[in-house]
Amino acid sequence: MQIYLPIAEMSVNIFLILGLGGAVGFLSGLFGVGGGFLITPLLIFYGIPPAVSVATAANQIVASSVSGVFAHWRRGNVDLKMGLVLLVGGIIGSTIGVWVFAWLRALGQIDLVISLCYVIFLGVIGALMLIEAMRAIFRTRRRGGNLRKVKKHQHGYFHGLPFKMRFYRSGLYISALLPLLVGFFVGILTALMGVGGGFVMVPAMIYLLGMPTAVVIGTSLFQIIFVTANVTFLQSVQTQTVDVALAILLLVGGVIGAQFGARFGSKLKGEQLRALLGLLVLSVCLKLLFDLVATPGDLYSIMGNS
Amino acid sequence: MGKSRIAFYRAPYCWFYGVIAILSVLILDSDRVRADPLVVDLSNHLVAITTGFTGTDVLLFGAVQNQGDVVVTVRGPDQDMVVRRKERKMGIWVNSESAKFRNVPAYYATASSRSMDIIANDRLYENYRIGVDHQRFITELDDAERGDGVYREALIRNMRNSGLFNRHPAKISFLSNQLFRTNLHFPANTPTGTYTINVYLIRDGRVASVKTTPLVVSKTGVSAEVYDFAHRYSALYGIIAVIIAVFAGWFASVAFRKS
Repeated sequence: MQIYLPIAEMSVNIFLILGLGGAVGFLSGLFGVGGGFLITPLLIFYGIPPAVSVATAANQIVASSVSGVFAHWRRGNVDLKMGLVLLVGGIIGSTIGVWVFAWLRALGQIDLVISLCYVIFLGVIGALMLIEAMRAIFRTRRRGGNLRKVKKHQHGYFHGLPFKMRFYRSGLYISALLPLLVGFFVGILTALMGVGGGFVMVPAMIYLLGMPTAVVIGTSLFQIIFVTANVTFLQSVQTQTVDVALAILLLVGGVIGAQFGARFGSKLKGEQLRALLGLLVLSVCLKLLFDLVATPGDLYSIMGNS
Repeated sequence: MGKSRIAFYRAPYCWFYGVIAILSVLILDSDRVRADPLVVDLSNHLVAITTGFTGTDVLLFGAVQNQGDVVVTVRGPDQDMVVRRKERKMGIWVNSESAKFRNVPAYYATASSRSMDIIANDRLYENYRIGVDHQRFITELDDAERGDGVYREALIRNMRNSGLFNRHPAKISFLSNQLFRTNLHFPANTPTGTYTINVYLIRDGRVASVKTTPLVVSKTGVSAEVYDFAHRYSALYGIIAVIIAVFAGWFASVAFRKS
């Protein structure tokens, strides 16, 4: 069954889009990731214009983050103060990001920048995940496992920065500039790539800010909700590329898929899961890289601006 | 006969109305017909793009007084198009130079009763701007190579690949010496706007008569309203999009907890 998307201005197969949302939802339930970094490239592969894919994915992530944050909020796993500082950075970053997005679109380079960002980030993260998971599998096989203990209060180079702030929930006394910068950077990624940015923010919060693992996911979800909401709003105003119909289809598929994914995930081993996810991320990256490097069928492309 | 059966099946009502229309014109107003060598109409002057739109056919029918060939052109609304050339930079393909064309039809198709080159010579088509190759696009660049050579070809090729320019004229069939009909196909990605359909009656390599009829392609129903709303009240649209997502997320979390 075909449905005409009002903003993308094209007919798509309704079951294919539901299935796509479902598959990514399944994976996000399985691996505990947001899935924005998978849904945007997949929409582009399907033929949805990249600009619409990115803006609509941001809208969809609002929903998946809201549904995720409640459970963490109830358990008290959201560091509100940290979340707000990250958010200030995120709002600034995403606002600049949307502006850059509109500018690149006018230049005709937005597709290239989106693809390049994805290749770089998916490549690095996929490789890191795969290496880390392989090591873990290797360790448990050899049984010689002595896991390194992460010190709670590491004193690094960044801790000399001014504007120190106390974050009680995370048990930290660090410069506010640090989370502000992390939020800012992730905000730009959200606007340009249509991702929540959890895959960058979570490692940054753990290793850079030194936050306890328990509050990291909840706090990042809290921040992602507002940053993606900001991106949805700004893209609607500036580029009119948010397709509500597409977002709803992805949502419905995603919600159902996530439920199955979470159930299935509890039956599998963590390291194997992470190795699988790493492989998946790398293969999406390679496909995008191939499209950039391979000689295109037609060297010329057209774009209407009526 | 088999062919017309299929046609009957495709657009039964249009066909019926078409025959009635032509017959009534022929019978009731035969004096005027004698004066008017070409009569044309469409089964529908409005192509509505609804939520389930996957393309549609519009029946064009008409009558000629004396024998002759018929050529039809369908021209969509004008728009600006930018053609970009990719170049390899540091291993990857990057958009580099570009050329802008004005008054490019968003859609262009032709139909003819016989092969175009049998009906008339190229000069007639050039004079009347019939066919994609005879369209004149205004380009802002003076450079002849960029303006009218490779970039123009690339523009036409890309439009053909996306089904917005036709490759070969569609067939116009004569049912008798006087009655003719053809199906104009509009694909799923048909641009919206006002289309101009020109029907040329060509006899002995000259245009004996021309008739012009408009066709409107517009979005209707939910998709049209959403599009309109997104462009007219974009801030409100953005807020609503966020609210829908927040509500859906909240609903999902409740559903999760229950199960």
